[in-house]
Amino acid sequence: MRKEWIARSVILVLVAAAITIPVVVWQARSRGIVIHARMAETGGWTPENLTVEVGQPLRLHLTSDDVMHSFAIGQSDEPPVNVIPGEITEVTLVFDEPGKYTFYCTRWCSVNHWRMRGTIEVTGPEAAAEAVEPPLYVTLGLDIDAEHHAEILPEQIPSARRGAQLGVEIPNKYISQEFYRSHSPADLWHALRGEARLSSLTNQDLWDLVALAWQSNTTPQELIVGKQLYATNCAACHGESGGGDGVFADGLDQPKTGEHTDMQAGEMTARPSDFTDAEHMLAASPARLQGKVLRGGMGTGMPYWGPIFTEEQIWALIAYLYNFQFELEDQP
Amino acid sequence: MNKLQEIAWKEKFPQFAGEVEIHARLELPRRIDLHQIPWIRPLLQSRWPQFLIRSLTLAGFVFTIFAGLFGSRVGSHNFAIIFVWIAWWTALKLAFIPLGGRSWCSVCPIPLPGEWLQQGGILEKSRRRFGLNLRWPKRLRGSWLQSGGFLLIGLFSAVTLTDARLTAWVLIGLFGLAVILSLVFERRAFCSYICPIGGFTGIYAKTAPVELRVIDTAICAAHSEKTCYQSCPWGLYPVALRDSAQCGLCMECLRSCPSDNIAVNLRPFGTDLAADIKSMRQSSRLDEAFLALVMLGSALAFAAVFTGPWGNLKSAAFAIGSPVWLLYGLGLLVLNLVILPGAFVLTVWMGQRWSGVKVQLRRAIADQAQVLLPQGLFAWIAFTVSFAFPKMNYVLSVISDPLGWGWNLLGTANSTWSPDVSAFSHALQVALLLVGLFWSARVAQRLVRKSNQPVFRQALPILLFCLVFSLAMLWLLVG
Repeated sequence: MRKEWIARSVILVLVAAAITIPVVVWQARSRGIVIHARMAETGGWTPENLTVEVGQPLRLHLTSDDVMHSFAIGQSDEPPVNVIPGEITEVTLVFDEPGKYTFYCTRWCSVNHWRMRGTIEVTGPEAAAEAVEPPLYVTLGLDIDAEHHAEILPEQIPSARRGAQLGVEIPNKYISQEFYRSHSPADLWHALRGEARLSSLTNQDLWDLVALAWQSNTTPQELIVGKQLYATNCAACHGESGGGDGVFADGLDQPKTGEHTDMQAGEMTARPSDFTDAEHMLAASPARLQGKVLRGGMGTGMPYWGPIFTEEQIWALIAYLYNFQFELEDQP
Repeated sequence: MNKLQEIAWKEKFPQFAGEVEIHARLELPRRIDLHQIPWIRPLLQSRWPQFLIRSLTLAGFVFTIFAGLFGSRVGSHNFAIIFVWIAWWTALKLAFIPLGGRSWCSVCPIPLPGEWLQQGGILEKSRRRFGLNLRWPKRLRGSWLQSGGFLLIGLFSAVTLTDARLTAWVLIGLFGLAVILSLVFERRAFCSYICPIGGFTGIYAKTAPVELRVIDTAICAAHSEKTCYQSCPWGLYPVALRDSAQCGLCMECLRSCPSDNIAVNLRPFGTDLAADIKSMRQSSRLDEAFLALVMLGSALAFAAVFTGPWGNLKSAAFAIGSPVWLLYGLGLLVLNLVILPGAFVLTVWMGQRWSGVKVQLRRAIADQAQVLLPQGLFAWIAFTVSFAFPKMNYVLSVISDPLGWGWNLLGTANSTWSPDVSAFSHALQVALLLVGLFWSARVAQRLVRKSNQPVFRQALPILLFCLVFSLAMLWLLVG
């Protein structure tokens, strides 16, 4: 009988060890939160809402359960880190200011890629104090969903260089940042057409002047930043050339089926905007585009980028978007 | 004759008391009785060595389930996927079965807790036993259910082999079923009639160079207690063993035999195949013929899904429940239930027509199915070469990080080393398939020679069947 009890003990000890050793090792080694990344259709980030105090390090163990993802914090300069299937990427974050931060995936992991977002609530003493200034499109009272069409279109792509060669001075009020942000290119064109001293210029000349005005409101550096942001975040749907033909575009305008599921691309989504479409783009003011970028497109599948981009980043991106209508760079 | 068969084994080992007498009783030629080798004998006699291995496999099994449930969902970083489907599955096909027959069954953890409950103890049986001890229903005997189980594995293979959670649940399911069946039915009902791996292992164990046999049947006949039968967890009577398909090599009979009348023999490969008419009448059965065909069909399906170049087939096998998966499942079932059995029955029938040999078709099918075994085994080995070898680096990496939690216990977590078989894997696979085909041809030849009407023409259609299968396998693996 003694042998039997030894055998039973051996079994118990080994089976218990098989479970407890990994649990104990795990407890001993992990001093952070494990975040699993999955495509949005199968769950996105888990957990997706984190809380930490100001100044306290937040140690994250990131791993992917399906494809390669990437982890980035919105409105931050930290470069994104890769989240690799079956491997652990460690990240330690320290937040200096309280607030609600958004973390997101920067890899085009699926057609619902942009839905891969989570939040980090950073709590601190002055959390509730800060007043937020409303964005321009709100102060202007713009209905950003209203239809907008340019009536007169340029015959060829307006060029800032040609505009400069005309040797005509654009009145200062039209090239101020305030005017630029709150008016569409078509608005400016009509304003210029109304100027008596410009009456000798052709329609196309005026468009070239508009391009010049738009160029004077941006810088080559800003355009580079905008291009970078566009390539990373927008091109997946809107296409590299801005034609609304990105890799996910077809998935977004598939015929809608009867059943409604939130995560299904093709339901409650529309084909991405075509930035090469002059009629629409030339009638869109930067403020309107800011609204669309910040808020997203209701019922179109266009994500809201407010928590991801800083204000400078949004204006840089918008400046770059006009690149699909104008020749802004000073090329001979 | 190969070399193994020519060596005069008896002279090779030191004689000890009683050996001469035992060999005098040993009628079978070309065998080495491992039980009579002094240093092996205590290892087989004592329950402890086997118990220790079993307790380790049981702990490993529990850990595998734990890893499957809580480890990384990424298959290549989960112990459950890599150890079950790469390491163990490869070891089973490359070592346990071809060299040891049902040797894995002797240490398999799945039926153990059920068996311990059944016998009321681990090493010693007690009076406090659990279970109803019912007889297994007669109509469910044979390996039909095992064939069905193997087809089920094939239907869900693409997902099971890659999803750690599902693998864990499959293991839990098998374990639960084994325990429940142990509590309801007598002995190892699960192993004998349900376990698909048991079926796979059992039929190919006939080709293996290991057997457990009674030395002198006269001694058994005179022994009224039949302690071997009483102690056999599988409910087998060793005197009646005609082949190695059923015996799980647990060694309980050997331990309980008062006359030291049981041998664990090393024997030439394939001894059970087409052995002699008397054995065949008892050992070749229709259910085993069907199982052998299912093994061929499954080898084709696994090779096509896992190593074939067809992305659509792969996605169809993955998309469980979808219309394309139903189509894949239908194809798999038609191949295994209609095409292969149909073609096989046709070839056996044609062989009989051409040769004029008159045997009951049922009997002929059961006998001729033995020809399929060497070939099937080597087809699985050839499949393993391209399926598992390139993934061996995962074995090293999950040893260091079994749960995919970013550990590096042995420093091999980022190992990329794998046996590089790409240079010769095709040549190796061709050679393996040829060996299988050649061996099957030898079995077919022996089958004819042993029959009452030795007309060699009757073997031709079956050889053609084997050739076509080999070519199909060759095409799938080598292209």
